Amino acid sequence: MSECEITVVPGGPALVRGAGFVRDEDGNRHEVGRAVVAVCLCGLTQRAPWCDSTHKVAGD
Amino acid sequence: MCVREGAAVILPEPRGPLSADVVRALRADGEVRRDVEATDEEDFHLSLWLLYELHYRSFEGVDDSLEWSPPLLALRRALEEQFEAELRGACAPLVARAEQADGVPDQLAAIASFDSGTSLPLFLQREATRDQYLEFLVQRSLYHLKESDPQAWALPRLDGPAKVALAELQYDEFGGGRPERLHSRLFAEALAAAGLESSFGAYVNRVPSYTLAVNNAMSLFGLHRRLRGAAMGHLAAFEMTSSLPCRRLLQGADRLELPEAVGHYFDEHVEADAVHEHLASRGICGALVGAEPDLQSDVLFGAAACVHLDAVVAERMVDAWTHGQSTLLAEAGENVA
Ligand SMILES: [Fe+2]
Ligand SMILES: [Fe+2]
Repeated sequence: MSECEITVVPGGPALVRGAGFVRDEDGNRHEVGRAVVAVCLCGLTQRAPWCDSTHKVAGD
Repeated sequence: MCVREGAAVILPEPRGPLSADVVRALRADGEVRRDVEATDEEDFHLSLWLLYELHYRSFEGVDDSLEWSPPLLALRRALEEQFEAELRGACAPLVARAEQADGVPDQLAAIASFDSGTSLPLFLQREATRDQYLEFLVQRSLYHLKESDPQAWALPRLDGPAKVALAELQYDEFGGGRPERLHSRLFAEALAAAGLESSFGAYVNRVPSYTLAVNNAMSLFGLHRRLRGAAMGHLAAFEMTSSLPCRRLLQGADRLELPEAVGHYFDEHVEADAVHEHLASRGICGALVGAEPDLQSDVLFGAAACVHLDAVVAERMVDAWTHGQSTLLAEAGENVA
């Protein structure tokens, strides 16, 4: 796969297609294990860099 | 670990006159009597489940051609009309509430966030005994051992972006190109590791009508092109109410020190369904209603049906457990307590 596509979900994660690895803020490489992955954008996830839906219970 | 795949499903024990007649007809030529009615929910939902399973894996000793037997289809239609009418009635308030939001994703979110007051994942996370947790796996086995199969019926009835999104979601459910990652396979491994039967249908005699109803709703929506909107709305609500609850289920499995394969199934779904919920709500349902606006109310109906039937399951199971009872039906020959 040569192209990586990122779709930001309003109020949610970024859906990433076509990536091989995602690097977290400490520089660690995380292998992409499925065709589409959700990368956390809110910073609240307990399994960074992946979204675990925590944004749904935060802030309200 | 021993996981048997493709084992024949044994016809279950009848639960009343209607299911007895269906079982009899399935062993013969499909000619059901026309004067038999279901006596209760157990008899009703087992009968409907039997008729639906002809389209999936069928049963040992049943002629494959009975899938399209006119008398069986006529009976199925009659039961479906009753079930759909009941579901539409029960779901109307949830749908009406959701329609006050703007746009399909927010409407679906309004339905998915409905709080019935009883949380099964919370109970399993914090309170359930090991036996209760295993009962939960047994109840869920009826769906998870054919996970995502009922939604696959919708694929040829969609087109464009909605079809692409459903295929993308199902590719993940069906293992992402790796048989060992089929979600149904992960659940079979969880059952086997926990010392339970892992072949499809092994526990149908133990599973009460409220769990059969969950499965029947998915087959009802999946098998009717007319209800493709409901099938996809149901899928969206299912995925939108999965990621956070699966974290609780994972923590419950860890608390009870259940085998790793049990935790692994729910661990996989924390991450997978955090993706799937967006694919389903925006990618599938948003695109589907964009292309076919008339389907909007059925999309919301399907979502509400998922949430409503899950609420019934949670209430019935937690109620039984808090009264010190099993949620499973007694085994044949065993006295019902
Ligand atoms: Fe799954
Ligand atoms: Fe999923």
